Amino acid sequence: MIKVKKISKIYNTGAVETVALSDISFEINKGEYVAIMGPSGSGKSTLMHILGVLDQPTTGEYILDDVNVSQLTDDDAAEIRNQKIGFIFQAFNLLPRTTALQNVMLPMRYANVPKEERIEKARKYLKMVGLEDRMNHTSNQLSGGQQQRVAIARGLAMNPSILLADEPTGNIASVQAEEVMNIFRKLNEEGHTIIMITHEPDIASHAKRIIHIKDGKIVKDEKNGHKLKAKTI
Amino acid sequence: MQDLIETFFESLGTLTLNKMRTGLAILGIVIGIGSVIALISLGQASQKSIENNIESLGSNLLTIQPSNQRSEGGVRGAFGGGTTLTLDDAKAIESTPKITTINKLSPELQRRSQITAGRNNTNTQVVGVYPAYADIRKVNLASGVFISQNDVDSMRKVAVLGPQVVSDLFGDNANPIGQMIRVGGQQLKVIGVTVAKGGSGFQNQDDIVYVPLLTAMKQLYGVSYLSSVAVEAKSADVMTDAQNEIGYFLLERHKISDATQADFSILSQSDILNTASQVTGTFTALLGGIAAISLLVGGIGIMNIMLVTVTERTREIGLRKALGAKRKTIITQFLIEAIILTFAGGIIGMIIGILISYILAQVMTLPFTISSSAILLAIGVSGAIGILFGWYPAQKASNLQPIEALRYE
Repeated sequence: MIKVKKISKIYNTGAVETVALSDISFEINKGEYVAIMGPSGSGKSTLMHILGVLDQPTTGEYILDDVNVSQLTDDDAAEIRNQKIGFIFQAFNLLPRTTALQNVMLPMRYANVPKEERIEKARKYLKMVGLEDRMNHTSNQLSGGQQQRVAIARGLAMNPSILLADEPTGNIASVQAEEVMNIFRKLNEEGHTIIMITHEPDIASHAKRIIHIKDGKIVKDEKNGHKLKAKTI
Repeated sequence: MQDLIETFFESLGTLTLNKMRTGLAILGIVIGIGSVIALISLGQASQKSIENNIESLGSNLLTIQPSNQRSEGGVRGAFGGGTTLTLDDAKAIESTPKITTINKLSPELQRRSQITAGRNNTNTQVVGVYPAYADIRKVNLASGVFISQNDVDSMRKVAVLGPQVVSDLFGDNANPIGQMIRVGGQQLKVIGVTVAKGGSGFQNQDDIVYVPLLTAMKQLYGVSYLSSVAVEAKSADVMTDAQNEIGYFLLERHKISDATQADFSILSQSDILNTASQVTGTFTALLGGIAAISLLVGGIGIMNIMLVTVTERTREIGLRKALGAKRKTIITQFLIEAIILTFAGGIIGMIIGILISYILAQVMTLPFTISSSAILLAIGVSGAIGILFGWYPAQKASNLQPIEALRYE
């Protein structure tokens, strides 16, 4: 489903050329739960941006659901993101002073989904993340963990091909982080493809496959056995 | 459309979050639109008032005034300052068979004088008149009688007062008939008071004293010329003919062969009306123009606020783009916010402008008019300002790259 072929990203800041990613290739199939791990500066954020069609690779191809999305115009990229990718950010990025329900409805608005359907789906996904009694709370009335659950519901709203989570537990307390991980596991069991970027081994250990990145290169791509997962529970 | 309505309510919500800032942003437009409407209405009201005034002076009216002959350099003497128009001219115009298009005429001598009655005094217009004046200039009496031919011929020392003069000299609601007033060393007996015309503008017909023409010429001022002759044409259609007939007759009488050297001028009421309308029209445009500058400043204020908003909401814009908002969507959102601001400002400004012009009309006793064009202008212009000054910030917002924007602190 995801095919990354020899992707490089080079930033040109004046005289200095910084290589963020060099010649990365991998495939991710439908239903996988992948963690991309690496220390800061390893290029994992750049990779996440490219996988999220927020940025374009300098060279190489990124094929998502049989479509080459490596070189798109702004508006075409926006449409791909809307249809295929559910984002979950470290800082939640909910609209301030807006209700949970409206936040979840936002991507559906950009897809011109009729209002009744939007409300119905938003309710469904909020219920799925356990926030049925918080639907009309505004984002600043919710705890960090609750906000991240709203963000997950928003990520699910368009039933995307992949859920792309960038340090999803970086800004929340560990108990709530565990809740978020449980939701991810449940979603993966239901068949959702999840790609999670993190630098915390604890969090990465929830995934079934871990891709290690360092200095813009893949250093290890391993299947994660149940023993690791069992250890953390 | 559905989407636009949703965006509208969403923007409304965003704008009400920061009421103070929204209010201040709107203020510039409120002042701009308000002053445009108030000043244009004021201009139109005074234009209308002047037109009414001139029309109330009498229709079918021509005014002959003396003017100094043009000198070689082409410099014309002061308006009405000449001494070349005489009572004999007036009498000749009235009696000559060469002029067939006029009904009657009124020779006049107008001067400003200090008038006293007892211990009160006032500086006012003194007009020496023939009885025909009342007819031609539409003067009606509230009490007493007007100047008669007999008064003129016998140079009687009598006067008819305008209501403003009565209240200045004798107090409000006083009956001055039979009382004496003093003009230029002569005692005059008051024989009548005119009806208030409520005049304002450039000639107040209530602040005036009428005396017999010969009394004015011989006894008060000692002059042998007239300041003007008012002529009533037989109808509005023959105004031009009357103007020509009188013109040629006077040129011949004054032995002037070149019409450009004429020592008099003949104005019709419509000439005066047109000139006055032009002058007030120019003033209205000028006032409106000055007000429009404040509108421009208001628009720049809106742009400034929108730019601040875009910077403040960089992360939000980044998020919206990440979730699939296209450039058009972002532009629409910010344009709608700007238009709501200017439109709200426009509506409030319009209400304030109408209130101000109503109050001004009351205070200055002008007719109160709201022109629909001013209202349409306010609505149209405020909407246009929203688009014009909201465009750049909206464009800027839509061009933000989502990753840069999401990273923005």
